[in-house]
Amino acid sequence: MVKFLPLKQAVAENLNDDDTVAFEGFTHLIPTAAAHEAIRQGFRDLTLVRMTPDLIYDQMIGMGMAKKIVFSYVGNPGVGLLRRARDAIENGFPRSIEIEEHSHAGMANAYEAGAAGLPCAVFRGYRGAGLAAVNPNIKSVTCPFTGEVLAAVPSIRPDVTFIHAQKADRQGNVLVEGIIGIQKEAVLAAKRAVVTVEEVVDNFDDLHPNLTVLPRWTIAAISVVPGGSHPSYAHGYYARDNAAYLEWDEIAADREKFQAWMQANVLEKSAGDFAARVEHLRKAA
Amino acid sequence: MSDNPLGFTPNEMMTIAASRALRNDDVCFVGIGAPSAACNVARLTHAPDITLIYESGTIGTAPDVLPLSIGDGELCETAVTTVAVPEMFRYWLQGGRISIGFLGAAQLDKFGNINTTVIGDYLHPKTRLPGGGGAPEIATSSKQIYITMAQTKRGMVEKIDFFTSFGHGEGRDHRKRLGIDTSGPTLLITDLAIWKPDPVTKEFTVVSLHPGVTRQQVQESCGWVVKFAEALDETPAPSELELKTLRDLQARTKAAHEGTGKAKAA
Repeated sequence: MVKFLPLKQAVAENLNDDDTVAFEGFTHLIPTAAAHEAIRQGFRDLTLVRMTPDLIYDQMIGMGMAKKIVFSYVGNPGVGLLRRARDAIENGFPRSIEIEEHSHAGMANAYEAGAAGLPCAVFRGYRGAGLAAVNPNIKSVTCPFTGEVLAAVPSIRPDVTFIHAQKADRQGNVLVEGIIGIQKEAVLAAKRAVVTVEEVVDNFDDLHPNLTVLPRWTIAAISVVPGGSHPSYAHGYYARDNAAYLEWDEIAADREKFQAWMQANVLEKSAGDFAARVEHLRKAA
Repeated sequence: MSDNPLGFTPNEMMTIAASRALRNDDVCFVGIGAPSAACNVARLTHAPDITLIYESGTIGTAPDVLPLSIGDGELCETAVTTVAVPEMFRYWLQGGRISIGFLGAAQLDKFGNINTTVIGDYLHPKTRLPGGGGAPEIATSSKQIYITMAQTKRGMVEKIDFFTSFGHGEGRDHRKRLGIDTSGPTLLITDLAIWKPDPVTKEFTVVSLHPGVTRQQVQESCGWVVKFAEALDETPAPSELELKTLRDLQARTKAAHEGTGKAKAA
């Protein structure tokens, strides 16, 4: 049953070295605070799964925490490349990492298959695409009814999934709204799920009946971290800090600049520092 | 550019020419960057009812400013509905609901195959690019593909380093041989010209030069030997309304994206 915990404890209780872990969020509601807590606790040899790795995986890769990444778009959305990830892939710095690359359709189907308890996902994909030749986990199956050859990928079953959401009620049910991405599937596909939320409300009695609510018994731990998605955004709470994404491009371009930034903004900070980072973005939401 | 009283740039011409290709009843899966600008200019001029879909799950979106990412909040706030990412790719794209997939490219060959994955060898890349994202399936499940990019010799090459998104492969009936029943790339709009695939070979052929552009300029900024249609048109110059719409959109976008940074400094 779900526990409300300080983020430090929620991460320590649910993440281990060598885990396969997903910090999901499709541009919106990225669990930055949880990722930074994982960085402070210094986990090693993680397999990082995410459709759009973006800044938090760039940071974790740059800190040498990942032995492998599974992804479908290793970019800074709207800005360009991820320079710490590039340094690892191109130069093996700070360590070489294994990559398993898919398309968005492949990852989305694989998460859904994981949530559905299936061993693999079947879909019409990767036709003519070079990824099928370089990723041995992209195979094909023939439809037993029509004979059509379809793509097959193994389902994604993380040891633990971290997401950020708008709110929990006092019982620990969680509401996700806006661009809901792959969060529900990533939670239901995982052995354990940890959720950071903007706030806790008494109950969800006045919600529309079809909203995306994760029942409390699907979640291991909830931590209240206002602003915990920054520089991503939380629909209804604060806007995306587009300027921070642009700035990241410069910070990550240089190994020493990156280390200094991580020291000042992650290692010497805590989950409590996120609220102040979104103050100027609240009006724009 | 001899006759250009409005002072439009080649990039503005590209975006506006691309916007004209879209119709009011299109359902368009929008790539970020140049495609996004073109699709929104179309919506703000001749195609007010066009359905724009971004891969973050926003269907029928009408943003006031261009999004920096495919998942900016305004896409969701102005959308008819927002669905989960697996639904986006399974029901809407794979289900055959998309009439136009609009893509950009880092590297393109003459058959409309796109590379956004690596420069150099895949396992030991010279430059690791972001990769395909939604594009590999957009390229094969959308009924048609439009591509837009500024011409450079590095970008338009004889042989791409990686097949991120399949166009016409080696040309002719290559799509059909792979069991792909959609049309693939049917239009390429660059900053210099409009290109369409040859009906038989599927090689992109220049059908229209933008105002003031010469055949030589097109060839000098393209890495393959360019074929020109026998009856070569001149692309109509941007109208005042088209140009104003694009410039206003870009000014609003710039102000919005810098806004968060200014507020932080204050």
